[in-house]
Amino acid sequence: MGQRQKRRGALWIMSIEAREARQPWILLAPALTAICLLLIVPLMFIVVYSFWLKSAQGADTPGFFLDNWQEVLTDGFYRDILFNTLKISAITTIACALLGYPAAYFIARSKGNKLILLVLLMLPFWISYIIRTMSWINILGVSGALNSALIWLGIIGEPIQMLYNETTVILGLVHFLLPFMVLNIFVSLDGIDTNLEDAAASLGATRWQGFLQVTLPLSLPGLAAGGLLCFVLAAGTYITPVILGGPRDAMFANLVYEAIIRQLNWPLGSALSLLLLIVLGALVLIYNRYLGMAQLAKGLG
Amino acid sequence: MGWRLIRTYTVLVYLFMFLPIAVVVLLSFNANQFGSFPMTGLSTRWFEVLWNNDAIMRAFRTSIVLGLMTAVISTVLGVLASLALVRYAIPGRNLITTLLIAPILVPEVVLAVALLLFLNFLNIGKSFTLLLMGHVIFTLPFVILVVQARLVSIRRDVEEAALSLGASPMQTFFAITLPLLMPAVAAGGLFAFTISFDDITGTLFWKPGGIETVPTQIFSMLRNSISPEINALGTVIIVLTVGLPLMGAAIARKLSTRSGG
Repeated sequence: MGQRQKRRGALWIMSIEAREARQPWILLAPALTAICLLLIVPLMFIVVYSFWLKSAQGADTPGFFLDNWQEVLTDGFYRDILFNTLKISAITTIACALLGYPAAYFIARSKGNKLILLVLLMLPFWISYIIRTMSWINILGVSGALNSALIWLGIIGEPIQMLYNETTVILGLVHFLLPFMVLNIFVSLDGIDTNLEDAAASLGATRWQGFLQVTLPLSLPGLAAGGLLCFVLAAGTYITPVILGGPRDAMFANLVYEAIIRQLNWPLGSALSLLLLIVLGALVLIYNRYLGMAQLAKGLG
Repeated sequence: MGWRLIRTYTVLVYLFMFLPIAVVVLLSFNANQFGSFPMTGLSTRWFEVLWNNDAIMRAFRTSIVLGLMTAVISTVLGVLASLALVRYAIPGRNLITTLLIAPILVPEVVLAVALLLFLNFLNIGKSFTLLLMGHVIFTLPFVILVVQARLVSIRRDVEEAALSLGASPMQTFFAITLPLLMPAVAAGGLFAFTISFDDITGTLFWKPGGIETVPTQIFSMLRNSISPEINALGTVIIVLTVGLPLMGAAIARKLSTRSGG
């Protein structure tokens, strides 16, 4: 009797343990299922789809054809736009760093109103991306603020078309991405002990030397995280070039949109989006190899 | 000297960020017939035009319904997953975390294409359902990041105290953990709503013909030229998107002071 009760007790504890072990998986199940079904499996699916062929009419032909990949990898048109996209993203990232670093430094080292300054800079981040992008038309357009001002000042007689070129695309991207850069640099600057700069100064370094040899190297992880975010987000946009760019300023994501939505060439569109994923994924992996994801998570949180 | 230079530079950066937005707000009150410079006076006529524009009002309703549903689903999924990740020792935690924030790491265009093609293969074409699923997927990581950060700071002891006093795990969650977690739940939900409301990249791929959200509606109106109504709409959105999070932050603060967190 006593024996049996003990055994039953042991069974009961085991079942609690089993339940304890099961519980986290029950909690995780909805989210993991969603991610797997709506992201992981679809990504694998377009890998398969990129080897199919578009047929003139009706359903695409399943199979293993290398045609799409051959077109994507050898056609000079796609290569030029890919390189141009990487160039635009690189210029955008550098511009964000040059604009964002001093601002982040100012916020991190200012006394008292640090939080207000930071929230203020994050405000545009909350304001609709499309509104912020189109707002440049109000400024640089033919009847925009700048042209009106120049005419009023008598500098020009006729309005100049300043919009719809590569520069305005970059301008729009910088305006969109700058808060990401500032936030990441701020997080890493804010974590640096200011005594280090004082120590450098007491050892005879000028402020500028102290900055170059102490603060700047210590803030590089934040700069790198911000840079990665800016670059990846810039390289994936297609709305900014459509609104602020000319007919010849298409970026790589515009090619994907053209292939999928306009030409309905889904196999080709799959190959194009995978190429973009591979190029940007390689960048993320290189970053992860040398700096790790922790810094990035810090900036996002 | 150097500090003053940095300050001036920072002021210029802030101007760069805010000037275009200020111009949108300014022009939306423009009396000029074409809504452009030079301004001829102040008027609210563009807001009336906006109010009477059926297409925009419909887009507004769609965006709000979509945003609310996205926020509710993402927050529920996100809170459950965060509980598992923070409160239990589970094997392969790093891999699971990476999986859960993967939608941020994949460029949105690629995510949009993959989801569209796969669900179409399953005979779920462009529809509101597809739109909703897409929005849930890319807002989920943000909710998880926000909720997880808060959950880590809630001490285990309070939950254990409730359990030792005889409360069931369910009761403990609803009476102790959830109230303490509320600010993060509200912040996560608001985050999800804002991201969903603002999204255009994925939405253009997923939306069926005939359904427009606010961003896609603005996008299609931009094709012709910038009409003053768009500036008025911009002003409304700016007030909403800046006002709502501020209000949310205020509510969150009130809730957290009341519950002593």
